Amino acid sequence: MAIRELLERLFGRQPATAAMARQRLRLVLAHDRSDLNPELVERMRREILAVVSKYVELEDGHGEVNLETEDRTTALVANLPIRRVRSSL
Amino acid sequence: MDDSSCRFILICSGKGGVGKTTLTANLGVALAKLDCKTAVLDADFGLRNLDLMLGLENRIVYTAQDLLSGSCRLEQALVKHKQEPRLSLMPAGNPRMLEWLKTDHMKEIATLLAPRFDYVLIDAPAGVEAGFRNAAAAAGEAIVVANPEISSVRDADRVIGLLNARGIQPLQLVLNRVRPTMVAHQQMLSVEDVLDILALPLVGMVCEDEQVIMSANRGEPLTLNDGGSPAAVEYACIARRLQGEAVPLPDLDSQNQGLLSRLGRLMNTRIL
Repeated sequence: MAIRELLERLFGRQPATAAMARQRLRLVLAHDRSDLNPELVERMRREILAVVSKYVELEDGHGEVNLETEDRTTALVANLPIRRVRSSL
Repeated sequence: MDDSSCRFILICSGKGGVGKTTLTANLGVALAKLDCKTAVLDADFGLRNLDLMLGLENRIVYTAQDLLSGSCRLEQALVKHKQEPRLSLMPAGNPRMLEWLKTDHMKEIATLLAPRFDYVLIDAPAGVEAGFRNAAAAAGEAIVVANPEISSVRDADRVIGLLNARGIQPLQLVLNRVRPTMVAHQQMLSVEDVLDILALPLVGMVCEDEQVIMSANRGEPLTLNDGGSPAAVEYACIARRLQGEAVPLPDLDSQNQGLLSRLGRLMNTRIL
């Protein structure tokens, strides 16, 4: 937290909105640029989780698959914390 | 187009109202003042405004449409600016004849203009549909205009994608209507934010300036007079940068060196 945010909370002022614009833009542009709609990404996420879960046990509710964009390149980034490798393999 | 010495620059933004036409008019005047023979081409055939910005609305007799149909010669269609005779306007066609303009027409106009001018600035309509595609047909390079505002940046990104797909190069960015105080208070996207997102080289950064509206009211682009309004100065700098001169970009911090902005920076110190 920056001093600004502390004071903003104390005095109930409007928080800095530029950061919100940045964050929202990143997300929406990742989708715009790849032409993938959120529903399709969600379907991909579920299928990727299903495939990975066949081999390893994942932390519950921690599987993240997102579109990220940097320098006009869009990447599909997955963050899947592993609890343990399935013993049956 | 075929004449390699003439630069065809598309001025576009996707979103409307960000300052395309104002930039086209001011850049046209500024380039003419640098001794460059310049034509500004109104490619917004539905809603034409470039004539108004330049104060030439009463001097239009023929349009690009008449030129292509053979009803007039090139010299008749081009409206010369009184004070800046090296600048000419090629007016858009009749708004009631929207269907006539196709990409081939635009290329034809470009071929006629190329031997006579150093620069042709094409003022694109808003949107990314047919009108934009036609305007882009003759472009050799492009300036994307954006405001530090969420919808404008998104639309600019879309336009950049389309221009990249067409192989139009170089693409440069003009960040327009920046409000330094809002940026200092982190209530507006900063230049760095926008550059980081759009990843284009910056060719100009113009701050919000009420003189822009007043000059539009008069029909005299700000760059016409040697006044020192901040926007006028920066428009003139953009023209020099296009000419290859290394002119430094305006420093927002220098306009914000008061106690308030130093306090603003202190406020951003992280404490937790």
